[in-house]
Amino acid sequence: MTAADNTAPVVQTRRKRPLLAVVGMTVVGFWLLMAVIGPYVAPYTAAKRVDLDFFGPMSLAFPLGTDYLGRDMLSLVLYGARYTIGLALAATVLACIAGTSLGLLAAAVGGWLDAILSRALDALVSIPSLLFSLVVITIFKSSIPILIAAAAVIYTPGAYRIARSLAVNVNATDFVTVARARGESTRYVMFTEILPNITGPILADFGLRFVFVILLLSRLSFLGLGVQPPLADWGSLVRQNLAGFVYGAPAVIAPAVAIASLTISVNMIIDSLQLRRPSAMEGQ
Amino acid sequence: MRGDPGISLVNQLPVAQQIGQRLPNSLMLAGFTAMLAVPLALFIGVTTAMRQGSRYDRIMSTLTVSMVSVPEFLIASVAVLILAVKLRWLPALSTVSDSMSWLQLAKALAMPVLTLTLIVVAQMARLTRAALVNTLRLPFVEMAILKGASPTRVVLLHALPNAIGPIANAIALSLSSLLGGVVVVETIFNYPGLASLMLNAVALRDIPIVLACAMIFSTSYLVLVTIADVLAILSNPRLRKA
Repeated sequence: MTAADNTAPVVQTRRKRPLLAVVGMTVVGFWLLMAVIGPYVAPYTAAKRVDLDFFGPMSLAFPLGTDYLGRDMLSLVLYGARYTIGLALAATVLACIAGTSLGLLAAAVGGWLDAILSRALDALVSIPSLLFSLVVITIFKSSIPILIAAAAVIYTPGAYRIARSLAVNVNATDFVTVARARGESTRYVMFTEILPNITGPILADFGLRFVFVILLLSRLSFLGLGVQPPLADWGSLVRQNLAGFVYGAPAVIAPAVAIASLTISVNMIIDSLQLRRPSAMEGQ
Repeated sequence: MRGDPGISLVNQLPVAQQIGQRLPNSLMLAGFTAMLAVPLALFIGVTTAMRQGSRYDRIMSTLTVSMVSVPEFLIASVAVLILAVKLRWLPALSTVSDSMSWLQLAKALAMPVLTLTLIVVAQMARLTRAALVNTLRLPFVEMAILKGASPTRVVLLHALPNAIGPIANAIALSLSSLLGGVVVVETIFNYPGLASLMLNAVALRDIPIVLACAMIFSTSYLVLVTIADVLAILSNPRLRKA
């Protein structure tokens, strides 16, 4: 690529910022935990109207206020964690597994397979993610499997590009040549020789992609096209309570802050561990 | 293949006519946003790259990372809350019609354009900074510094012309991500543009309209990326051979 690739690796001298990483990991860990146990620790059942007043302020009984129907906001956010995080995680895992496997395959086999895969996925990457999901939702109607599938498909090419560009470099090293000469299968070369050498950047890319998927799904839910009622993720909660904005209701702000806290924390972890590669921003 | 998008399934009006009504509004929104966002992003990108590691750079980079990783609707809602609800400077809804005077039009457009600018600028500034920082690392920049050129001169005359390609690419990419913002902003402000037409069509599963809108958005994306590529080639003679 550039001249920098030919020089010896520079020793990292910049001070690492473990504090940001710790804060980020605590927040992400908390939300992951809530995605699993949220409904059990929530003070009320999400669908239950607990307050006669709607858009109630923060109080001891309702720490995050109440929503447009007088339901407890804290419980709704805790229930919603499951959908926001669960769907995004499922889609990201699918996209990264598919993208990385295809990228490794393209790099290890090369030739026409590489050319076909790269061109086909390039075509896919040129479609804006929101546009693609809107078209998919029009055709198939919004449901949880469709949302996961759409997000996974649209974020696969980005994962593929990263994995392929990293794997191509490793593929050219001597130990891979030796493994081939030994008569190892393509699968062995892909997963045992190349993959362990590119896990760092792949994981950073996973985090970044997770953020993109969360934003995409929240945006769809905010537009009323994502997770459908009676289920509600954080994006739907913002949408439902948007009318309360004029009263300064915590009901609108709480789910939005939840999304922001999660995405910013993931970014903080990636940044402070210095896993981010410049090209990782490109894939969208 | 006749290039005719057909008739809407829902209201039986020709799709071309409906799009014709909405497209100018969206183009106006995107145009004004680009006019505001591109210079601002270039300014932030260049100044942060010039003063790498300074407090200004760190604050800006924290700010832009946060903006990039926050959903657009949060930014838009906060902008409405502050500018329209609390300060009452601008209307919270923006309806546009032919009979409006320029001043009314400007007032109606101000909120959506400001919000969109906030959404796009962060990403654009980050990418601009990254492109310029990469260029500043090259040997010829060191040479220019050693010759005794002032930092401003080095950045503006030596580094910037060489970073035009990546920066044009960055701007095209961010402008194409404007789409996500446009959809959200048109919904929040009830703005009669193409994105809200498409969104209503998606909800009603009006496939001809969705496909026609999707085609327009994809085409504009491809046009932007092509312009960026051409600019990159024009600014870098080495790319002309390939």
